[in-house]
Amino acid sequence: MSTAISVEHLAYSYPGVEDTPGVAVFEDLNLTIESGTFVAVLGSNGCGKSTLAKHFNSILLPCGGKVYVGGMDTSDPDKLISVRKTVGMVFQNPDNQIVANVVEEDVAFGPENLGIAAPAIRQRVDNALKQVGMYEYRNHAPHLLSGGQKQRVAIAGVIAMEPKCIVLDEPTAMLDPKGRREVMETIQRLNCEKNITVVLITHHMDEAAKAQRVVVLHKGCVCLDGTPKQVFSQVETLHKIGLAAPETVELCHCLNEQGFTLSLDNLDAEECAQALYEVLKA
Amino acid sequence: MLKDITLGQFFPGTSIIHRLDPRTKLIGLIAYIVALFTAGDWVSYGIVFAFLATCVAISKIPLKSFIHGMKPLVLILVFTGILNLFFTTGERVLVQFWRITITLEGVERALFMMGRILMLICGTFLLTYTTSPISLTDGLESLLSPLKKIHLPVHELSMMMCIALRFIPTLIEETDKIICAQKARGADFETGKIIERVKALVPILVPLFISAFRRADELATAMECRCYHGGDGRTKMKLLRLKRFDYGTFFLLAVLIAAVIFVAQLGL
Repeated sequence: MSTAISVEHLAYSYPGVEDTPGVAVFEDLNLTIESGTFVAVLGSNGCGKSTLAKHFNSILLPCGGKVYVGGMDTSDPDKLISVRKTVGMVFQNPDNQIVANVVEEDVAFGPENLGIAAPAIRQRVDNALKQVGMYEYRNHAPHLLSGGQKQRVAIAGVIAMEPKCIVLDEPTAMLDPKGRREVMETIQRLNCEKNITVVLITHHMDEAAKAQRVVVLHKGCVCLDGTPKQVFSQVETLHKIGLAAPETVELCHCLNEQGFTLSLDNLDAEECAQALYEVLKA
Repeated sequence: MLKDITLGQFFPGTSIIHRLDPRTKLIGLIAYIVALFTAGDWVSYGIVFAFLATCVAISKIPLKSFIHGMKPLVLILVFTGILNLFFTTGERVLVQFWRITITLEGVERALFMMGRILMLICGTFLLTYTTSPISLTDGLESLLSPLKKIHLPVHELSMMMCIALRFIPTLIEETDKIICAQKARGADFETGKIIERVKALVPILVPLFISAFRRADELATAMECRCYHGGDGRTKMKLLRLKRFDYGTFFLLAVLIAAVIFVAQLGL
């Protein structure tokens, strides 16, 4: 498996205004993301999740250390367009990332910037819209769509550029449960079917549980890293840094404190119910 | 209450006028205005009017919307009418009292000018009613693209127009929300003298501006993420192409102008 993104000794601090000192976010961060994986990044507010995401496609450049995307150094100005072509990014507020006032025109925005010929753009736009299930809305005005639909249009806008990797910065934070489900299904499908590397930054533990790998950031460092089962079974550590495990794990954890001996890797309600059943039967 | 604002009213449709290339329509409007201002007598006016009436009929846009759109302009029309009525000197006096004289020439001229303004407005309405704002911006960009040679930022201007149009509904929604939030905290927008009411608008405008700037910042980042780097090397998904009836329209417009000029010559 090749490396999609590698972060080596990353240091970054936001520059201070006038005489105030800057705010250091990272001092020495190391992280490697393999191609084709679905990685969730967790962390409490202000731990540097979004700052990290912005390093993945040269929106922010490291103060020290290097970030490589598909082998390209993100701080190399000549590689800027290629880096951004490789890593697509979706933000929290769908309203602020839709440029045009017709859905298909917006999806075409990225490929148009890449200078692709008209017929090829048409094809990419249609494919991208079909992949996110928004093809029948191609002539709609974005402001008349629901939040989940808008976010899926934003994802289509990114995949129309055919990136190898998509970074999503809390894409479901402003959505209702239905919109969240739509977006999560789309992300998972893209990861499975198109083999696109997905980096999902989120506050929702149940979303992170669907990933192949979970990285927990705390104070600019990687605090926990592993499969969802490995990470979420560290309930105590998660609590200490202001996070929580998925509800099923929390339930098992509470029961264990009362003397039960349940394993802490039941991320699924179904699984958890089965485990409880086994314990109660014995 | 703000939901009622419609900008660049566009009536979707499938008539020939709707399907014309936006550039043809823009050039058409200019040609129409030239014809309108060249027309100097009632016969040539009749020709221009017949042209306008045919276009409106083909577009299938209800006359009501034209009349509705005319409402805010009634004042200008009346003003033009009155000015021309009273200040045209002529020989055939109709009414005379105090210092005011109304002449037949005055009446004729007033009607003439009002007709001209009416037809001018109807023509421009026809353009905005049958062309979506995006294709209008596309058309403008394409028509103005020769000006890139003299370093006029044509692409940037059309991009700005496009984004402005895109964000109008979003910002209107936002304003509604802010108004509600301020009302919920006891702000009063409906009573008081004009000065007080204007002052009451400040707590709406400040958050609106802050949020607009924040949006602009986020949008800029999102656009950068999607490889936006100005107009150089950018392609278009929808290419504008002139079709057969675009050329037909150009021919008709030439005929219109020729006819008006011909009649003007005869009139001499």
